[in-house]
Amino acid sequence: MSENKNDILLDVRGLKQYFPINTGFLKTRPLKAVDDVSFTIRRGETLGLVGESGCGKTTVGRTILHLYQPTAGEIRYDGQLIESKQSIREFRKKATMVFQDPYSSLNPRMTVSDIVAEPLDVHELCRTKQEREERVLELLGYVGLNSEHASRYAHEFSGGQRQRIGIARALAVNPEFIVCDEPVSALDVSIQAQVINMFDDLQDRLGLTYLFIAHDLLVVRHISDRIAVMYLGKLVELADADEIYRHPLHPYSRSLLSAVPLPDPKKARANKRIVLSGDIPSPLNAPSGCPFRTRCRYATEQCAQSMPELKDEGAGHLVACHRLKEIGD
Amino acid sequence: MALLEVKDLRTSFFTDAGEVRAVDGVSFSLDRGKVLGIVGESGSGKSVTAYSIMQILAPTGKIVGGSVKLDGQELVGADEKTIRTVRGNRISIIFQDPMTSLNPTYTIGTQLMEAIRLHTNRNRKEARERAVEMLRLVNVNEPEKRMKQYPFELSGGMRQRVMIAMALACEPDILIADEPTTALDVTIQAQILELMQDLQRKLGMAIIMITHDLGVVAQLCDEIIVMYAGAICEKGTADDIFYDPQHEYTKGLMRSIPRDENNGQRLKPITGTPIDLLNMPRGCPFAPRCDAAMKVCLTEHAPVLEVSEGHSSSCWVTCQKALEAEKNAAKGGDAQ
Repeated sequence: MSENKNDILLDVRGLKQYFPINTGFLKTRPLKAVDDVSFTIRRGETLGLVGESGCGKTTVGRTILHLYQPTAGEIRYDGQLIESKQSIREFRKKATMVFQDPYSSLNPRMTVSDIVAEPLDVHELCRTKQEREERVLELLGYVGLNSEHASRYAHEFSGGQRQRIGIARALAVNPEFIVCDEPVSALDVSIQAQVINMFDDLQDRLGLTYLFIAHDLLVVRHISDRIAVMYLGKLVELADADEIYRHPLHPYSRSLLSAVPLPDPKKARANKRIVLSGDIPSPLNAPSGCPFRTRCRYATEQCAQSMPELKDEGAGHLVACHRLKEIGD
Repeated sequence: MALLEVKDLRTSFFTDAGEVRAVDGVSFSLDRGKVLGIVGESGSGKSVTAYSIMQILAPTGKIVGGSVKLDGQELVGADEKTIRTVRGNRISIIFQDPMTSLNPTYTIGTQLMEAIRLHTNRNRKEARERAVEMLRLVNVNEPEKRMKQYPFELSGGMRQRVMIAMALACEPDILIADEPTTALDVTIQAQILELMQDLQRKLGMAIIMITHDLGVVAQLCDEIIVMYAGAICEKGTADDIFYDPQHEYTKGLMRSIPRDENNGQRLKPITGTPIDLLNMPRGCPFAPRCDAAMKVCLTEHAPVLEVSEGHSSSCWVTCQKALEAEKNAAKGGDAQ
């Protein structure tokens, strides 16, 4: 395949997603949910996307799959621009999604086998009934369910099992790329680990590439090869998972990581938290320049005037901050 | 004497499908100025334990046995008048979702003043002053302006601060925090936890912290109770629970969370699905999911065994280990 191009599977350039918000009679203002975001995902890797609620991480995932029509920007998959109706349809056979809420993302009136087979029907991938049935059983097998479960309804299952059904559905079209939108947030700790391991196994077995969106930073670190940090619609840092945990550079990433409560009393006591003051500004009234400057203690005039660009600080560690040199370690 | 003494507390919900024993024989004590963490998964009975102490159970729920003593005064079976002098006054509670626990149709000020006037004999003016003072205490900026605002005008973190202000207005001895930061973002969570720690030191109250987040308890708590299916599996200091877990369920929990030690390795999850409280197994409730389960686990509940001072576990595996250790010690003694 595209070995020579460093094997980049997904290339997102200057992605913008604005939603019009009614602000009065016939007046609208754009809500900049995602504002000029660029990144790439290599074949077979997991890119973690983290940030707090309202930072636009879910919108990035949905826009990539064209669940929203992007306001601007280019999405290239395997070198091909995804834009025309035809290309979107083809793309959706290779790229699917697992949703956060295993309760609302499964139709209560459909049996498990119909839920899992829906993508097969939509894309007309099975010619005979028997083929469809066999495929459903194979998919359920991937996620640790069996034929006994196929004829039941979603409400008969626990949260963890429902999430497995959602994953089986995402696998139905034999995808290469899956957007996982907070797939374990709604699950209990002991079930979380089961599902995380399943994502790992499926990746090894089927050679999948993930965009893993989550707010639980410990989970993201565990599953991701690289991690991107978003704040108020902008990408502020992107680096290898371990690198970003050991040496976060952007002031926002630093405070975000220090704020994670560590499940280890001795470390938690020794941890020096950088507690941010204030709340995230509304994306409708995003600050000029760097979006983080209102909560950043290093902010200067310059930060208000222009948005810093994502720059490589060595070994693919990308950071967008004007004051990086002054902050030091 | 301990400030709060809970003994063999049993709370059931009587539903159409049958009796659900949400809390089944919970005992613990809490000293003044201590932070106690209760951890467990959904349905483990941690919130119902708190609601039973406060006696704010849903209509189908009933305390069916046991005792809750505050400073020696029995609360189970006490009349509503007595409870009212305790609830909100000596024991306060904050909930997970600060939006649904504030009334959307009244201003912040009205709601704060209501709580203050209900429990103290301050007049309107004094209550207002106290409310502003409380908002300042929980680091709400421009408290006078906030008094006139409605809950929807505040952010999630700000609302949780208001809830804390309301809970602390009467200087309670015990603050129960039921998943206070679950609905909040990480950086806001850090602010709220910092605030709670700070206030706890300043006011010297005791806190019962109910959460499913092991990170939060590690950071905040002196003592930790681990619950599963309505019962306590293990109880001990934070260090006991995290560095020397005894109960198989606690061990499983520790193995299944991603942390520094297991980074890059596969997680070792607890197998099986969460328990159905309507179909409880006969023996240890965790036995069907336990890798180390023995025959006895399936038929009988394990006794509570004190491993070291203040560290107890109710698990047959712990008992077996203790027995072997005793035997070895006896053998060693014989040989000499």
